[in-house]
Amino acid sequence: MKDAPGTRDYDWWLLVILATICALGVIEIYSATHGSALAGMHMKQLRWLVVGTILMLVLSRVDYHIILDQALILYLIGLVALVAVLLVGHTRFGAKRWIPVFGEFLQVSELVKLIIIIVLARFFAEVRTDELSLQDLIKAGLIVGLPLGLILKQPDLGTALVLVPMLVVGAYLAGLQWQHAAIFSLAGILLVGSVFYPPVSRHILKPYQRDRITSFLHPEDDAKGSGYQLLQSKIAVGSGGFWGKGFGNGSQNQLGYIPVRYSDFIMSAWAEEQGFKGVLLALGLYMALLLRLVQNAQRAKDRAGMFLVMGVAAALGFHVLVNVAMVIGAMPVTGIPLPLMSYGGSATLFVFLAIGLVMNVRLRRFVN
Amino acid sequence: MSYWFRNDNRLPQGRLAIASYLIVGMIGLLILGFWKLQVIDSDRYTSLAERNRVRSIPIIAPRGRMLDRDGRVLVDNRPSFSVLLLRDDPALVDKYLPAVADGLGISLDDLKDQLSSTKNLAKFQPIIIKPEASEADIAFIESHRSDVPVLEMINVSRRRYLPGGFMAHAEGYVGEVSEQQIEASNSKLRPGDFAGKSGLERQYNDLLMGTDGMRRVIVNSVGKEVGRLSTQEAIPGKQIQLSIDYDLQQVAEQSLGARPGAVVALDPGTGEVLAIVSHPAPDPNDFAVRVSNEEWAQLNDDPLRPLFNRAIQAQLAPGSVFKIVTATAMLEDKVPPENFTAFCPGYATFYGRQFKCWVYGKSSHGVVNLHKAILESCDVFFYNVGMRLGIDRLSYYGSKLGIGHKTGIDLPSEEAGLMPSEEWVERVQHRKWYAGETISVSTGQGAVTTTPLQLARMISGIAMGGVFKQPHLLKDAPNVAEERFDLSEPTVEKITDAMYGVVNEDGGTARNVRLPGIEVSGKSGTAQVIGYATRNRMGKQKKFEDNAWFVGYAPRRNPEIVVSVLVQESGKHGGETAGPVVRDVIKAYYDKKAKKTEGQVTAESAKPGSGNARAAALVAPRVPAIKEDETAGRAPAENRNER
Repeated sequence: MKDAPGTRDYDWWLLVILATICALGVIEIYSATHGSALAGMHMKQLRWLVVGTILMLVLSRVDYHIILDQALILYLIGLVALVAVLLVGHTRFGAKRWIPVFGEFLQVSELVKLIIIIVLARFFAEVRTDELSLQDLIKAGLIVGLPLGLILKQPDLGTALVLVPMLVVGAYLAGLQWQHAAIFSLAGILLVGSVFYPPVSRHILKPYQRDRITSFLHPEDDAKGSGYQLLQSKIAVGSGGFWGKGFGNGSQNQLGYIPVRYSDFIMSAWAEEQGFKGVLLALGLYMALLLRLVQNAQRAKDRAGMFLVMGVAAALGFHVLVNVAMVIGAMPVTGIPLPLMSYGGSATLFVFLAIGLVMNVRLRRFVN
Repeated sequence: MSYWFRNDNRLPQGRLAIASYLIVGMIGLLILGFWKLQVIDSDRYTSLAERNRVRSIPIIAPRGRMLDRDGRVLVDNRPSFSVLLLRDDPALVDKYLPAVADGLGISLDDLKDQLSSTKNLAKFQPIIIKPEASEADIAFIESHRSDVPVLEMINVSRRRYLPGGFMAHAEGYVGEVSEQQIEASNSKLRPGDFAGKSGLERQYNDLLMGTDGMRRVIVNSVGKEVGRLSTQEAIPGKQIQLSIDYDLQQVAEQSLGARPGAVVALDPGTGEVLAIVSHPAPDPNDFAVRVSNEEWAQLNDDPLRPLFNRAIQAQLAPGSVFKIVTATAMLEDKVPPENFTAFCPGYATFYGRQFKCWVYGKSSHGVVNLHKAILESCDVFFYNVGMRLGIDRLSYYGSKLGIGHKTGIDLPSEEAGLMPSEEWVERVQHRKWYAGETISVSTGQGAVTTTPLQLARMISGIAMGGVFKQPHLLKDAPNVAEERFDLSEPTVEKITDAMYGVVNEDGGTARNVRLPGIEVSGKSGTAQVIGYATRNRMGKQKKFEDNAWFVGYAPRRNPEIVVSVLVQESGKHGGETAGPVVRDVIKAYYDKKAKKTEGQVTAESAKPGSGNARAAALVAPRVPAIKEDETAGRAPAENRNER
């Protein structure tokens, strides 16, 4: 290892995109909460952003190879933390997801997402074949399956689901064979199908999860539940029109019709007040962010770095897809926040740490 | 550090490129989704957002009051709360319906019925599900604003009538509009609206009913009002001033008392109704909210028919009052000549059948001329006259004097009575006229029927020399219709003299009606309700006793007041039973007139502490000062009361 990389080696474009998305988020959090009992939330979010930026910079200075070296230990720490949260975790909103750290409640599963990205990168980097064998694929599946099961137990379907695209993208880049892909796709389709098929879903889903599925399929049956949430979100988005109602002027947002308008449904509030043009800006930024991540992966020095970056890209891309699709009523309510825009400490820290890993890879692309 | 990652730079560039395309595709799909919502379907969601945000709450216009001729309040309003169900979001309504039913104590089925009967109504219009909210209901709504967000309350004004059924039939009552009324109203009426159902409330509904306003407010997601968009104020209904004189009405109500019957007092010069009573009377305050089906059935099934306005709907044989018609025909047509006399031994025989005079078995009238026949109400004399006149002439005069025709009073559901004729018998009963029927008709029996109002109008017209003003209840109404049926001066002279004699001369049938210093005149009548055969079949129940009539007026020519009284099933002679009621009303009229000319009582002083204590106690405390703008919106008469 040679000298530590200099500041000009940072991906400044990525940081600009990142900062802009965060700014949109803070603006909309302010708009959504300034007139309510939640006023001041944007300041708290800013604080999280500052902490996140510091952590990102710190993480980017530690050679990712060193981090990848500790994959096994990190994995064990992650599992222990997940078991701990099930045993002693703090219950909020009906789920055990939080443990107190420095006076703040942190979602352990956010940390676990980061660990899984690292562990999968290490695992796939060590698979040196051009084609991924079924054996290795199953191993990877087990690596992900164990924490996934523990997260489902909390229960937190949304976060658990995020682990799946990490695995899928990793396996794909590691040379997934089309026959295996077909088999696993089929299994996946069957699983998703069974989730939507009540006689089967009764055995594998929690009642509130089944309610969300039902209300997604039949929103009109569910007056005030998640069907209502989806409908109100669609009303907010649709009524925003092309130009939007203007900052602080969204009736759905300001009068509280949008559920958790500062967090999971922040895109709904944004779309109402900023309109389609605002949506183009936000989604354009997310696209730029994701493409920039792929570009970083393409320029990574080695496969380990590439897997690390693409793991991050898979997680963020999945977040964006599931969250935004939910906001426009195209997917059920899963409780997945929109990265960088939604209010939330743990989620924000996760994204910054993940970007920290990307920076880490970026900074070392020319270093041997 | 282990070196497991050494020399591992063979990146799957192809697959990474595909990942980029997938990202672009994914974002593209999401943008398409937003395009559909925000550009294609934007209008729909905009209106949904508005519906969320805006709640329309009706402001119910108070109905116009009814005043008597001196400006005293007969009908006004009292404040009350109604419970509204907000139906903007059908899913919410369905969800909270059981909670609403439970909280307000309404059955769920009843609520569902109300909802289904209003399903054609625009969703943003709330419906009234409970018209009279109790304190418990108000507390329930206030404390469940956020968890039962489909309820709202509005201030409504309820009708308040004078207690005890005072003038109940003429005033009528209001009720929730029926579906037919809604259809007929050109969408002016909505379900849950109150409109006049009978009487003046119905006749002048368009005037009395104002136009409801609308308050558009902004509500947040838990149903809390956070702002106001616009308020379209309600336009209150117009006040109408009636020709009714509260004092006379009061006397008439009391004088008739609990007996079934009717009183109508008219000013013959104008056609204004000064008092109109029908007993028994319901208390319309009982229907001012919502009347239950049981209560309604009970009112309808009551054998005394309290909902029936006898003053304009009771079609009964006028008995001897009809002799005025026979006498008019005789004098006008000179058939038989005016000096015609008949001998009354207490009965007469025509066509082999015996017709009794009312004195049959007690005494006889002896030789009778027209004057004496009217005074003593000799049936035999009029049998003879009627037989000579024939049914055609009787029918002609009866019809010209108004029998068989509605008077056109401004009240719904007036009946016309019946003036039989040969043509009528052929058309309706498909038979020939029996000559014997003419005998009965000439004394007001048989098929001839009249209403108390008709007789008041008839006697008014004759005493006025043949000018028949259309009876009406609005004070100072312009363009009152009148009919003229020219009667010769001698005819009017003779008949009014005889009617004066009925009250004031020896042998008159209504000497008890006399009032010192006042030329009270009139004609009594006692009519069989049904034929003797039917009566025997039904048994001698009180119900089938005779109807007593008296139509009186004062003074004897060009009277100022005519009072027609019907006392049903009294079993006594008309002069005896109905006469005193006429006397009380006429006396009250003159007493008041005397005081007025002495300057003691004006409408201004008819307030607590003044002479008319009872009337004042009933009315005055509820009379708020009439504002200038209210007077401006006065009913057609456009008059101002003497305040």
